[in-house]
Amino acid sequence: MTPGMQTAGLSPLDRPNSYIGKAVPRPNLERLLEGRGQYVSDITLPRMVHAVFVRSPHAHARIVGIDVTEAKTMSGVIAVVTGAELAKVITPWVGVLSHLKGLKSAPQHAIAVDRACWQGEAVAAVLATSRALAEDAAEHVVVEYEPLPVVTNVRTALDPATPIIHAELGDNLAFERKIDAGAVDDAFKRSDKIVDVEFIFGRHTGVTLEPRSIVADWAPGDRRMTVYLGNQAPHMVQNIVAKHLDLEEAQVRVLCKDVGGSFGVKVHIYADEMATCALSKLLRRPVKFVADRVESFNTDIHARDHICRGRIGVSHDGTINVFEIDDLTGVGPYSMYPRTSAVEANQVIILIGGPYTTPNYRGRTRVVFQNKNVMSQYRGVGHPIACSITEGLVDLAAQAIGMDPVEIRRRNMVRDDAYPCDSPTGLKFEALSHHASLDKLVAMMRYDDLRAEQVKLRKQGIYRGIGIASFIEVTNPGAAFYGVGGARISSQDGVAVRLDAAGTVICQTSVTEQGQGSESMTAQIVASAIGVSMEKVRVILGDTDNTPYGGGTWASRGTGIAGEAALQAAKVLRGNILATAAAILQGKPDDFDIVDGMIVDAHGQQRIELNELTRIAYFRPDTLPPGFQPELMATRHYVPRQYPFAFTNGVQASWLEVDVITGKVKLLKHWVVEDCGTIINPQLVDEQIRGGVVQGLGAALFEHCIYDETGQLTNANMADYLVPMATEMPDIEVGHQISPTLESELGAKGAGEAGAAGAAACVSNAVNDALSPFGVTITEIPLTPRLILTALGRI
Amino acid sequence: MKAPAFNYARASSVQEAIDLLSHYGDRAKVLSGGQSLMPALNLRLLAPEWLIDIGPIVDLRRISVESGLLTIGASTRHADLHRSPDIAAHAPLLKDAVAHVAHPAIRNRGTIGGSLAHADPASELPACMVALDATIVVLGPDGERRIPAVDFFVGIYETQLLPGELLVAIEVPKRAAGVRHFFSEHVRRSGDYAMAGLAAEAEIDGDAFVRLRLGFFAVGERPILATAARHLIGRPVTEAVLAQACAALDDELAPQDDHQATAGMRRYLARQLLVECIVSLLGRSDLRTKVVA
Amino acid sequence: MIAPVPIALTVNHERVEALVLPRLNLADFLRDHLSLTGTHVGCEHGVCGACTVRVNGDIVRSCLILAIQAENATVETIEGLSDSGEIADLQSAFHQRNALQCGFCTPAMLMAAQDLLLTNPDPDRDQIREHLSGNYCRCTGYHAIVDAVESTAHARLERAG
Repeated sequence: MTPGMQTAGLSPLDRPNSYIGKAVPRPNLERLLEGRGQYVSDITLPRMVHAVFVRSPHAHARIVGIDVTEAKTMSGVIAVVTGAELAKVITPWVGVLSHLKGLKSAPQHAIAVDRACWQGEAVAAVLATSRALAEDAAEHVVVEYEPLPVVTNVRTALDPATPIIHAELGDNLAFERKIDAGAVDDAFKRSDKIVDVEFIFGRHTGVTLEPRSIVADWAPGDRRMTVYLGNQAPHMVQNIVAKHLDLEEAQVRVLCKDVGGSFGVKVHIYADEMATCALSKLLRRPVKFVADRVESFNTDIHARDHICRGRIGVSHDGTINVFEIDDLTGVGPYSMYPRTSAVEANQVIILIGGPYTTPNYRGRTRVVFQNKNVMSQYRGVGHPIACSITEGLVDLAAQAIGMDPVEIRRRNMVRDDAYPCDSPTGLKFEALSHHASLDKLVAMMRYDDLRAEQVKLRKQGIYRGIGIASFIEVTNPGAAFYGVGGARISSQDGVAVRLDAAGTVICQTSVTEQGQGSESMTAQIVASAIGVSMEKVRVILGDTDNTPYGGGTWASRGTGIAGEAALQAAKVLRGNILATAAAILQGKPDDFDIVDGMIVDAHGQQRIELNELTRIAYFRPDTLPPGFQPELMATRHYVPRQYPFAFTNGVQASWLEVDVITGKVKLLKHWVVEDCGTIINPQLVDEQIRGGVVQGLGAALFEHCIYDETGQLTNANMADYLVPMATEMPDIEVGHQISPTLESELGAKGAGEAGAAGAAACVSNAVNDALSPFGVTITEIPLTPRLILTALGRI
Repeated sequence: MKAPAFNYARASSVQEAIDLLSHYGDRAKVLSGGQSLMPALNLRLLAPEWLIDIGPIVDLRRISVESGLLTIGASTRHADLHRSPDIAAHAPLLKDAVAHVAHPAIRNRGTIGGSLAHADPASELPACMVALDATIVVLGPDGERRIPAVDFFVGIYETQLLPGELLVAIEVPKRAAGVRHFFSEHVRRSGDYAMAGLAAEAEIDGDAFVRLRLGFFAVGERPILATAARHLIGRPVTEAVLAQACAALDDELAPQDDHQATAGMRRYLARQLLVECIVSLLGRSDLRTKVVA
Repeated sequence: MIAPVPIALTVNHERVEALVLPRLNLADFLRDHLSLTGTHVGCEHGVCGACTVRVNGDIVRSCLILAIQAENATVETIEGLSDSGEIADLQSAFHQRNALQCGFCTPAMLMAAQDLLLTNPDPDRDQIREHLSGNYCRCTGYHAIVDAVESTAHARLERAG
């Protein structure tokens, strides 16, 4: 590569044939629209067997013995494997990261060896020629358990009288972090009003429509493991599978084709998935495991489930002087591997008060072990909790001093011209737009008209409420998230682009697609940067053998990080194409441009098509000037270095009606204004926002993993775990502010989690607003009719 | 999860179904629309040796009207009920109620007989049958039994059906002129099982009820024909009368706790439904505001 | 040991004969025996709606029907509706409006939407939401789906004059 070629002939991205900022339809969707996608559950391989896991019915029990005699004789059964047997081919792991100081956990096995620590933990595997036959045999695996004392209540998990789940750890405390910034006690003293409440967040889960699915294919002849997995981070999986199965990474290929929903649920690698890989190695044949829905509820990561005391001190003039929280969460018996189960709590404690100038903040969060399913990162990680606490406290403070909720926010949010600046917790903000976003939201929703309508309807006994929630969102994480803690989870992404002989662009990227539009985003950037139509760009992703090394799609990082890598790679290729054009046309690269797949000269005159250029480059290089070698493939990698995260911001509003007779909440309308920097495809951003909002609305009103005191998940099916359905969801209007990050040329920040971040907070605030004539405040979600009727004193 | 293994027998006539049922007894389950049975099988909550499929029995999927009586074959689907002009004309309560049963794809398979024989206390149709004073017709090896709906439902998933008997039809008295009905239920989400529901039919003379049948569901182990109605019949309904009826209603409900509602909440919702029902049937919105909690 | 039973039915206008175990549900039959994997399995207890297909013209949950019950039935899956062109406009509207993300709910959502439009050519947004409320979508939040169904209805009405 000749220095100087890289930027030769670059045109700005907003030139007429650019796709940047255009709402073009995602390419290659016909496959999914016609039911011709390939999800892991669709994959069948020769000699493939089906794995079914025998799972502990107890939340905590010693495994005294496992009798597989009868099961092994049953029709279609290939093998029955216990944890102890599997442990010979797969090593256990401990889900800690060194930068989460003090985080501890115990070794976890792919299949429990001598003790089951939550209801649903696998204790044996049955492999048979069909899932049904494997299930038949699993019913005949006889496991003798000795029930052990169960820890379920997080409030008492640290009491001396409570049994310790992992004796070697000394207590049930997995992680604790404290922050003390400014002068908290003084700030409370000089506050005119102090609000002190407890917030409760239900435990919920991702409920991807396609359950977790894996086909592991150990090919003894090749000494290679091919893993077909619905996952967001294939290179992470490659590393973990190799590490624990005593393989070189090069022996493991991870393929992520179509994925039926991910949302963080599928950014992890689960014990049963690791077991499936080990079983394939053990049996020397392909093994498929598709979780059924009950297993999904019992073993897909859960999230939220925080109890948090929050205090806010405010002056009569609306100045918010101080925030204080004391947060507690239970994360199951193990910290999830390799991303850990401390990140949500860590995000909560650092994000409190995010949009505000308030310099005084004290926080503590504690993460405890318990005998329930594991918790870990799910869409929005910590944001919905931090936002609900912050915005709940701000609304209550406004109520305490008799100020309008919009006004108190305007008086306290960081000014739009104050950037760059740091938060009291040390977060570095490059450029946010809280005020402009709030102004836009207020206009979109016609705030004053709604307030007038609210007053009018109240007189008729109709109780409507408005809830507002501002938020900041962590996107584009650099190495600070995982790499510095010792996890081999890449924060950089790589993109390779090449011009093929037919003049088409092949683009390999390390991000993955689960419907966000990674493929579209990549194609739009590459097509724009090179100067070809999107139809000429084919994007390959989700294959560790065939993409550059990189992180994948999670933490709202795909566009901001891999998009920039795509831009830079495409620019290099463009320069190389122009150098080739110059060689063919006997000019200088700067004299030419690429417009819609055609080399044009400085006068806009069309000179040669790209497929003519490639014909010469690939088949008639003898006609090129001596010493000139066309390089029609380029790779670039990118990771943000200046800021550990690219913060985005936004604000949401909910307009709803509470039926004070039935306790039902009807969502009437929802608005979002968000600022993710440069927008590549506004339609895709809007739909990410809407999808995230509805996940937040589900959390606010419906979703709840309900455990009893013995650690049994009592609603592990889709009839009893209520997900948001179409009838109950509102239309959602989305607006944008654009504050690009200057760290990258593209200027894009993430948008994947903004919807989830603020939706529940708005609904809580709106319900409390609606119920204000009754003097009722509810700081718990989900806001069920039962909760509301109870608060109203009706039941 | 996949269903456990079972044998399958297809009955092409009612007699064949009864013969099969008599033969296999407790080892068999009747497969009608399958919309409750199949989930239970797929979750391995049931493991019958035999399924006897009555779906192919054409005679069982029909709606006929004869001299004051509407006869509904057991295999008539929810969607059939919703579409039927006869149902709309002679039992409009049923038309209203089936719109609340699950979702279109379920209503296209689920049958009235299946729903009644399954006897889920949170289901809509059993309560409708009670309110409509329907008769459940069952056939068994010893011939036909005609069971009033109020007696048919015994407990949670329990009916008077004996092993070997098949529910074949439901007879509903044609609605007389001037009869009004009410249907409402409280659900978390559209199509969910109710936290409390009420199907009612009434005859009104002037400002008073002449007849009032209140079929409550999801507030006890079976659909309940509320005797509290007696307080409301034959007199002008005042705030005090309604309050008295609500109190009486409370005594005859035996609701249970579940994830969506406590027993107390169900009692509360049942009272609200009663108020709403009376308000609606009498067109007396003044009663709504007075009797709330 | 329970033996497989012969069945004959029509799937996407093709005559199909197969030997199936009684316990095999229609969704698994379509997917595993006929490789029609566009019919998705999301919950297997009739709640998520992902397995929705048409049997004798009615939309049904294929996880709640035994394959053996489909004897002599006419079954249509997303592949069939795609190949016949019956829902080409609806599919295009979903594509243009980005009314799908991961695509796992999409075949069934299209089935349910087409069912609505066949019986109610001019539904309002609430009616669209109600008819689709047995089909779970975790990605879109439903708004875009409602838009796509609404715009297809309007376009069809316009075409019909």
